[in-house]
Amino acid sequence: MTASSTASVEVIPGEWHVRYNYPAGATATHFFEGLRRKQILASRCSKSGLSYLPPRAYCERSFEACDEWVEAGMTGTIEAATIVSAAFENLPEPPYAIAYVRLDGVDTAMINFVRGLDLSDVPAAAQRLLPGQRVRVVFKAQPEGRITDFHYELA
Amino acid sequence: MSQGVAVVGIGQTGFRARFDELTYPELAQQAAMRALQDARLSPDDVDAVVFSMAPTQFMGVNDCDKWSVDFVWARNKPFMRVHTGGATGGSALHAAWAHVASGQYRRVLVVGADRLTETPDAQFILNLIWDPFYEQDFALNTVTMTALSTQRYMARYGVTEEQYARVVVRARRNALNNPNAHLKGEITVDDVMRSRRVSWPYKLYDICPRSAGAAALVLADEASARELCPRPAFVTGLGAISNTVFQGDRAVPSSDAEFADHAELAIAARECYQQAGITKPAGEIQVAELYDPFSSFQFPHLESLGFCERGTAARLSDEGAFDMNGLVSVGPSGGTLCTNPIGVTGLVRVADAALQVMGRAGDMQVRGVRNALATAAGGSAQFHTCTLLSDEPRGRVHS
Repeated sequence: MTASSTASVEVIPGEWHVRYNYPAGATATHFFEGLRRKQILASRCSKSGLSYLPPRAYCERSFEACDEWVEAGMTGTIEAATIVSAAFENLPEPPYAIAYVRLDGVDTAMINFVRGLDLSDVPAAAQRLLPGQRVRVVFKAQPEGRITDFHYELA
Repeated sequence: MSQGVAVVGIGQTGFRARFDELTYPELAQQAAMRALQDARLSPDDVDAVVFSMAPTQFMGVNDCDKWSVDFVWARNKPFMRVHTGGATGGSALHAAWAHVASGQYRRVLVVGADRLTETPDAQFILNLIWDPFYEQDFALNTVTMTALSTQRYMARYGVTEEQYARVVVRARRNALNNPNAHLKGEITVDDVMRSRRVSWPYKLYDICPRSAGAAALVLADEASARELCPRPAFVTGLGAISNTVFQGDRAVPSSDAEFADHAELAIAARECYQQAGITKPAGEIQVAELYDPFSSFQFPHLESLGFCERGTAARLSDEGAFDMNGLVSVGPSGGTLCTNPIGVTGLVRVADAALQVMGRAGDMQVRGVRNALATAAGGSAQFHTCTLLSDEPRGRVHS
C-alpha cells in the first residue's frame, strides 16, 4: 500500500500481517481423511434422521450427537448458484461459478466451484445452473485432504 | 412488566464514501453530539451507552469501541459493544431498549460509526466471516452469498432482473429526498440493466455503496420521553432471530426457514407484531425502512414481514404498491441500497422510521404515519431484527 494524502489531511498507510494455524477438530479431520480417499463423508443423526454436509458433531434439530457417518453420492442437485464476473480483492480471478449442491443421500447442501461451463455469456450460463440442475463431483488426481480437493461439473 | 421506551433524540452525520477530516471516534462523536442536542440533553443526563459496531477490520484498528469511549461521553458510565454483522444496529437498539425497559436505566445513548472505504479489501474481510475448513475457499462474501439466495428466489417465483432494477430506480429516487443519503438520483431501468455484471443476477447498481458515517439515538423511559419530546417515537415491538451460518442447511427441502425467502424474518416479525398488537401489517404500518443492501432483498422481506403473500411482492412492486404513500411506503430514505455504513445501518433504519413517526422526516415524510417498521439483517443473512416505532405506546409490551 502506498502513502497518500488528500489536499488538507494526512493519510497514513497500514497493512495487517496476521498468521493462524486452525485446528480442524476431530469431525472435520475425519471428513478430510475421507477426501484423501476421494470419499465425501456426511455425519448423520439417527434420532432426527438428518445427514449433514459440512459434517456436524451434533444435530441441531435433535440436540443429540451425530452418531453415524454416511458416504455421500458422487452426484447431486444444485440448490442455489451464482456466476461471479467481477474481481474482488484477494478472491479468485473471475469469471467463476459457485453453487450450493445437495449431494445424493445427504440432507444439506455444500458449496463449491462449478467448473467446465462456458461463462462468457452470463445469462445463458445462469440458465444451466438453475436449482434442480444435476451435477457430479470431480476429484483432483492427488487429493490433499482439503475441501478444494473436488469441485462440481454439470452431470 | 417492562416500562415503555421511546426514541427522543436522533443524530446522523450524513453518509458518503469518506470522512477524511475526522478519525473514526471523532466521526462517532459527531452523531452522539447531534443526538444529545436533538434530545436537549447533556452527556451527564445519559445513564449508559451502547456502541453499535460490526467488523473492526474495516477500520484497521482492533475493536474501535474502546477507542471511542470518551468521544461518545461514555466515560464513568456502563458501556457495551453489540455486534451481529449487518444486524448490529438493530441488535444495539434492542440492547439499549432492554436497558431502559428493564428499569435499570432511564436514558440510554446508542451510537456507532463505520467507514468502509479505508481498506480496498472490504469484500475480502467479509469473506473471512466464513470458516477456513469448508466455506472460505469459495469466494463467499456479502455480494456472492446474497446472489445465491436471489438466484434461488428468482427460480422459485419467476422474478426477472428488470423487476429488481425497478427497485433500484425507486430507491435512488426516494433518496433524493434524504439529505443524508449516499447515492441518489433519477436513473432508469436501462441504466441498471447496463451497469456491469458483478455476480448473477446482480449488476453494479443492484448493490449498495460502501458508506462512511455515524448515527446515534437517545432512548428514554416513557415519563422522561413525554417531558423531553413533544412527539416521541415509542418502541412498541421488537423481534430478533438467528440461524445457522451454513446457508446450505437452509437452501434445501428439509430447511425450517427457506433460504430464498429469508424466512427467519417472518418469525421475528410475528413476535414484533404480537407485542405491538399489529394484525394486518399492510394498512396498520405506513412505512417500512428495510435493511436492503441489494435490490433483491425487498421482495422476500416484504413477504416475510406479512405485507403480501409469498411470491407476490415483485408484481406489487411493479404496480407501485411500495412507492411513497402506496400500500406501504418502502424506504422513503432510499434505504440501505443507497446508503450502507454496515455497523450503523440498522440504527439508521430505526432513526429514519422514528423520524417518520415524529413527523420530522422532511421531504421524506409519509402522510399519517402511526407505525413505522425498521429491520436489520446480518451475518450470512442469519441474523434478523424487527423494530416497530409508533406514535403512541400501544400494544402488549406496555400493558
